[in-house]
Amino acid sequence: MRGRTLDSALPLWSVLLVGLGLILLYSAGVTDVPSAASEIWKRQALWVGVGLVVAVFAFRVSPRILEWVTPAVYVGAVLLLALTLIIGTGAGTASGAKSWLAIGGRRLGQPAELAKLATVLMLARHLGPKREPPSTLTQLLPSLVIVGVPFMLVGLQPDLGSALVFVGLLFAMLFWAGVNHWLLLLLASPFLSLLMAFSTLSWGVWIVVLTIVLLWVRPYVVEGLVVWLVNLAMGLLALELWGRLAPYQQNRLLSFLNPEIDPRATGWHIIQSKVAIGSGGILGKGLTEGTQKRLAFLPEQHTDFVFSVLGEELGFLGVLASLTLFALLILSLIRISQRAVDPFSSLAVAGVCGILLTHIFVNVGMTVGIMPIVGIPLPFLSYGGSFLLVCFLALGLSARVAFEARHSGYTP
Amino acid sequence: MSWGDRRAVARRADLGRVMVIATFTLLSVAFFRLQVTGSDRYRVQSEENRLRPVPIPAPRGLITDRHGAVLAENVPGYSVSLHAMSALSLGTTLDRLSPILRTDSVERELILERYRLTPSEPVLVRRNATFDVVSALEELRPWNPGLVIESDPKRRYPFSSTTAHLVGYVGQVSEEELRLGSHPGARLGTLVGRDGIEQFYDAELRGRDGVKYVEVDAMNRTVRDAGIESTLEPEPGRTIRTTIDLELQRFVESTFPPGRRGAVVAMDPRSGEVLALYSAPSFDPNVLVGGVDPTEWQRLAASQDFPLFNRAIQARYPPASPFKLAIAAMALRRGIVTFDSRMTVPCRGGFQYYNRYFRCWRVEGHGSVTLAEAIQYSCDVYFYQLGLKLGLTGLLQDGTALGFGSRSGIDLPSETEPIFPSSTEYYNRRYGPRNWTSAVTLNLAIGQGEDAQTLVNVVRFYGMLAGPHGTTTAPHLVATRQGQQHTLGLSDRDLADLRASLVAVVDRGTAVAAQIVDLRIAGKTGTAQNPHGPDHGWFVAFAPADDPEIVVGAIVEFAEHGSRVAPVVTRIIARYLLGADAVKPRGGEYRLETPADSAPEPIPILPDTALLRGPGRDTVGRAR
Repeated sequence: MRGRTLDSALPLWSVLLVGLGLILLYSAGVTDVPSAASEIWKRQALWVGVGLVVAVFAFRVSPRILEWVTPAVYVGAVLLLALTLIIGTGAGTASGAKSWLAIGGRRLGQPAELAKLATVLMLARHLGPKREPPSTLTQLLPSLVIVGVPFMLVGLQPDLGSALVFVGLLFAMLFWAGVNHWLLLLLASPFLSLLMAFSTLSWGVWIVVLTIVLLWVRPYVVEGLVVWLVNLAMGLLALELWGRLAPYQQNRLLSFLNPEIDPRATGWHIIQSKVAIGSGGILGKGLTEGTQKRLAFLPEQHTDFVFSVLGEELGFLGVLASLTLFALLILSLIRISQRAVDPFSSLAVAGVCGILLTHIFVNVGMTVGIMPIVGIPLPFLSYGGSFLLVCFLALGLSARVAFEARHSGYTP
Repeated sequence: MSWGDRRAVARRADLGRVMVIATFTLLSVAFFRLQVTGSDRYRVQSEENRLRPVPIPAPRGLITDRHGAVLAENVPGYSVSLHAMSALSLGTTLDRLSPILRTDSVERELILERYRLTPSEPVLVRRNATFDVVSALEELRPWNPGLVIESDPKRRYPFSSTTAHLVGYVGQVSEEELRLGSHPGARLGTLVGRDGIEQFYDAELRGRDGVKYVEVDAMNRTVRDAGIESTLEPEPGRTIRTTIDLELQRFVESTFPPGRRGAVVAMDPRSGEVLALYSAPSFDPNVLVGGVDPTEWQRLAASQDFPLFNRAIQARYPPASPFKLAIAAMALRRGIVTFDSRMTVPCRGGFQYYNRYFRCWRVEGHGSVTLAEAIQYSCDVYFYQLGLKLGLTGLLQDGTALGFGSRSGIDLPSETEPIFPSSTEYYNRRYGPRNWTSAVTLNLAIGQGEDAQTLVNVVRFYGMLAGPHGTTTAPHLVATRQGQQHTLGLSDRDLADLRASLVAVVDRGTAVAAQIVDLRIAGKTGTAQNPHGPDHGWFVAFAPADDPEIVVGAIVEFAEHGSRVAPVVTRIIARYLLGADAVKPRGGEYRLETPADSAPEPIPILPDTALLRGPGRDTVGRAR
């Protein structure tokens, strides 16, 4: 009986979210001024249809076959990313970036979305067979390379949001593989150092804390030294790295810190999104009735800021309901991951969790101003074919893992 | 991975669940802060985003004459404005529309400047656009979504130059004025009065703009009206009914000597109501409405004739002979003379005062004359002596009391203050205490010297002569205005005698040419000395002499003598009192005859102190 409930939870939350997504996209198209989003929900419905086929297909594929083709898929995805860097085109707010693969002007898709799933599978294939989780930084090196290659390629496009997702899935899977938490902290320390470097004082404190942690964890001397030096280098390189960001990325980070710097340009997105959500109140303005959306104050209302439409029109209660749906989806995935019969499947589902959670947190977080604005879609709700298909692919895979666990006769 | 250790996996799964729930709780808290705690603030902000106040201009009040004929009205017109996201996009839009709007580079800069002041509001590009321009623009709307075309009534003056100085015109309020707050309630683009009644009664005429709210999109383009309940209706401007008699005003324009400069003021002495006020040359105020065409402005401002100059209230002329009536009135009031009094020295064509010889305009002299005759023939020698009898102090004191030192108080902007010394201090200040003599009195006595009056102020004085019991009200153009009362302070008998002597001027004296058979007209000619060329001619008259209903004053520059002006004035009086059929604007029966009676040039006082000390010589006098 437990298996049966497990099996129905995942499809149920998914279907509810997909339905909510279509309703929101319909509403996003109802505006008082001409908008690119006017009939977008129909095309999304088409993608949903394709996605269902993809999900069923993924469900039919045995994890064994998947594990077997994973290296090919991973290499293919990496090659596509490299190709995108050469011939890619931009779109939407990030029109300067090369994130789309197009043939004859027709955009086919964003290889970065596929690469996320391929990286999850490759990392699962690498970590799965190990008897013991990696216990030193040197042992983590292969995992870092597997994630690092697509991460770099995506970062070069540049697509900050997707790059962030690779970091998210890496930590989710290492955590699930049982890597020591202190080791994860040391792994994360260069990123933290980078963030802290914006203030000399905070960075100084951070270096002191890091030294204490290093003395406490006691990794190999060379590793400890390398971590410490990398942290130092990150702090010193912070300015150089900052200079290398594209101006729009700098502006986004700056306006995240203070949206009022330039309310009509870079701060516009975040201010108008907050106004839309805040003016929704508890009950919302009613579906399709959001003035911020109708009068085009809210930018990207069908892609990156679709959740702001939800906040404006369905209010706090609608937000709570949809966040709950997302939470239930993630929790059911954790359950599937926990009950998976083999480590590859388990890690793959954990990676899917990492992808989805990062997407949800970053996207929803940016609509309320607790995350910087990095173009990243919200699973099932944002308009966009590539990511929707990847989501369906991941769902089909997860459902297969749950199916295997149910029929193995082994209930841990 | 350590897959075998199920308890470790379960521990990690639980930790993972806790982290997921923590993440979603964090997000929920962020939404709670926006949507529940901060909702009110953001709701206001979203309304501010959405709604824009749009002023509804109040229709400007009409200006009419005393019978209700419209002198200034509003006719349909269109204004063209543009919404723009940046000065750059505004510039490109302007360039795209310039073949239709025909904006030049100066205008373009002005528009961009206005945009930078209020970038969130549509910037006014063209006022008074014609229907053709508007329809051509409408066709381009799909490519220029920021285009705003509004009906914007245009000010029109149907009688154009006839009433130009009287009614004035309107122009856009300047940024400087807005900053100073000189026009309460005005905003960028508001039309305010620039001259005449339009300016003086601007506050009443302007009314109060209303406001309505429109829903706009992120590009600031109007999507729809927000609804009637949020609309504040405009308060239309008041109609200003003037005391002007349009028929008379038009007659004044048509009868004024063509090509001449000068001015005419007609007033009802009983009430002080101005019936006509005309300054020549005039201009077409319609070309000045709204944005002035720079070349047109250049033409008007640079013109030798200064057409924008209102000669009825802004030009000062020596009052000359018409001022003799003031001297007579002062002397009568002080009891120094009666109408039959004669002076010690009869007129032999001049008057010796210490070492100087003051001439009379008539070289042969007038002989021994009474006051009545002196007025009738404008005898200078008589008035030299009368002035001396009054004394300088008394003359200045009485002249000031009669209002020669202050503005008439007419309800028109920028009236010039006349020049008239209030006391002998004036001379001390100007020339130094020892550098002038009482000889200045002689000049003042014949309306020369340190005395320069506006036409309207002289008419005000003659209004006192003509008014009941020597009283009149300060001239005004709107009946409800409370003008200051002026009284001559003479007995009715003296007043009647004064008027009789003025009638004699017209019947037998210097203004014979002005006679009209059916009317008893009282008037006084004058010749104001003009150092720059031929003299200016005065004529001030009122009629009917027994119970005057109208005072008319006229000055014509370079008219040589007042008697040339006299027929103009008498025709105006006849037109007013006898009706349209009695007089033609210009007819052979009023041929001008120039008597040889030029008034003497004022005696120069300074810097000729050497003369006072040197041997007596009578070289001072007319040079011509």
